[in-house]
Amino acid sequence: MIAWWRRHDLGTHLLLLPLGLLMAAPFLWMLGTSLKTFEETTNLWPWPAVPQWQNYAEAWRAAPFGRYFLVSTVTAAAVTASVVLTGLLGGYSFGALRWRGQQTVLGVYLATMMVPFEVILIPNYLIVQKLHWIDRFPALIVPWAANVFSVFLVTQAFRSLPKDFREAAMLDGCGHWQYLWRIAAPLVAPSLATAAIFAFLGSWNSLLWPVIVLNSERMRTVEMGLSSFLQEEGASLHLLMAGSVVALLPVLLVFLAMQRRFIEGLAAGLKG
Amino acid sequence: MARRRREFWTAICCLAPSAVVITAFHLWPLLYAAWVSLHDWGIKQGPLVGLANYREALGSAKWWQSLGVTGWYVLGTVPATLLLAYLIAELLNRPLRGRSFYRVLFFTPYIVSPVAAAAVWRGLFSRVSLPVNHWLVAHGWQINESGIWLIEPRGLFQWIAEAHGASVPSWAHGPSLALCCIMVVAIWTNLGFATVVLLGGLSQIPTEVLEAARLDGATGWRLRRQIIWPLLSPVLFFLLIVFVIRAFQAFSQIYVLTGQNDLLGTTSTATYYIWQEAFQSGGKGPGFGSAVAYLLFVMVLALTWLQFAVLGRRVHYGSGE
Repeated sequence: MIAWWRRHDLGTHLLLLPLGLLMAAPFLWMLGTSLKTFEETTNLWPWPAVPQWQNYAEAWRAAPFGRYFLVSTVTAAAVTASVVLTGLLGGYSFGALRWRGQQTVLGVYLATMMVPFEVILIPNYLIVQKLHWIDRFPALIVPWAANVFSVFLVTQAFRSLPKDFREAAMLDGCGHWQYLWRIAAPLVAPSLATAAIFAFLGSWNSLLWPVIVLNSERMRTVEMGLSSFLQEEGASLHLLMAGSVVALLPVLLVFLAMQRRFIEGLAAGLKG
Repeated sequence: MARRRREFWTAICCLAPSAVVITAFHLWPLLYAAWVSLHDWGIKQGPLVGLANYREALGSAKWWQSLGVTGWYVLGTVPATLLLAYLIAELLNRPLRGRSFYRVLFFTPYIVSPVAAAAVWRGLFSRVSLPVNHWLVAHGWQINESGIWLIEPRGLFQWIAEAHGASVPSWAHGPSLALCCIMVVAIWTNLGFATVVLLGGLSQIPTEVLEAARLDGATGWRLRRQIIWPLLSPVLFFLLIVFVIRAFQAFSQIYVLTGQNDLLGTTSTATYYIWQEAFQSGGKGPGFGSAVAYLLFVMVLALTWLQFAVLGRRVHYGSGE
């Protein structure tokens, strides 16, 4: 009996399962509540008698979520694409090439990681205002179009590639660009993927910056839409939860599809 | 020589895109913020006022209160997150069935949008606090108003003392119940991240080292104290630094969970306060906001330095050669 218990690690599961349930409880509660009727939302029991799927249609109509999704998607896609591109180029420059002043510039890059967001928040707002970007896509995209974390991640990946690799390709008459696109990019793809996921999540989930640089009804991200939906007096709980599920779903699906790469990429990125 | 020069120019071209963005929106703003903070800068740029903004900030009760709130927030979230994460990581650091399932389960809160998560927690707290308060009353606690925790500005210690008919001096009120709720959400959010990082650290401890220690008779607590914890200390230290810095930047959860309620400032952390002053109507504007942000920057820097000075020496790097 004890051997059987041990073999299946039941003691460990006994500790982990309740903790895991606690972590998942808010999600389950959200899902359950989103399918309740208005009357049922005061019940403590988390699941409805009959699932009310029309709540989703109602929540979708309660605010222009279609528009919010468009703004968030365009922003996140543009940020992700340019972070990958600038990360690849920057990483190549630091990790594969040799040039004078390289270490100094890399040092400056890394130092900017220490600058806290709240210090540059106000000046960045003033800069964006001077550029007349308020309420426009560039304000959401350009300041985040490159980040040091991604450049550094790709730099580490380039450094771990064998040196003679590039020499050989060059001797075969392969130019820098050709080498970068055809040979190097696929080799550092895992780091690029990690950088991409972080850029996407960071952009999709950000709230403070969009709240500051956007102020018209037309330009709003999903996060902003949800948060004002949330703060409206009298918004009913079941619709709020339906809205939350809708807002969560894209990110959750992306994460679940790529979770292995994401979690391992995170661990690998921190090692460097 | 020609190849060298070509390589140099290639490097510059490759670096240009990221360098432009980082210079324009990370480096330059740092200087710009300093410049702004020296001005009477409301809606528009006003005259140079020197260090007046800094003096005003240091004399502002709300600023000190927000620092106090941040302090409670750090104390309430960072140790609990690290402790729980270590526990889970150690449980998961063995060939366990369903290991990756647990890993995803614990990590998911970290990736979901803070606003949606806060919406859920707000609903949960509002539904759960009433029955729990009822239960507490039934078990001899005297709660004068069975309020919803998330909009309760009374301090935790004050609340507990009052429920038992005692009272505590105002300096010992502790974090407000509302802030405690926010801390629960913060721990829930960050637990998965810490677990994954610690799990990575644990799996990097060479099995030979553990085997050798076991052969020498080290088991259980001795194995942990003398082998595992020292080898894990760089990872723990990294998490400590990162979480303290992040706790000082907490915004989204507070904005959504308690933003609209006047809780006498008991949930306004430092970053929330900066946002209020710089961007809210009725705030003092960018000049004052920048000064406060710089003060916070210096404090976080000092705190990080302190952690390095006090704990850094005890962190065990490398393989001990």
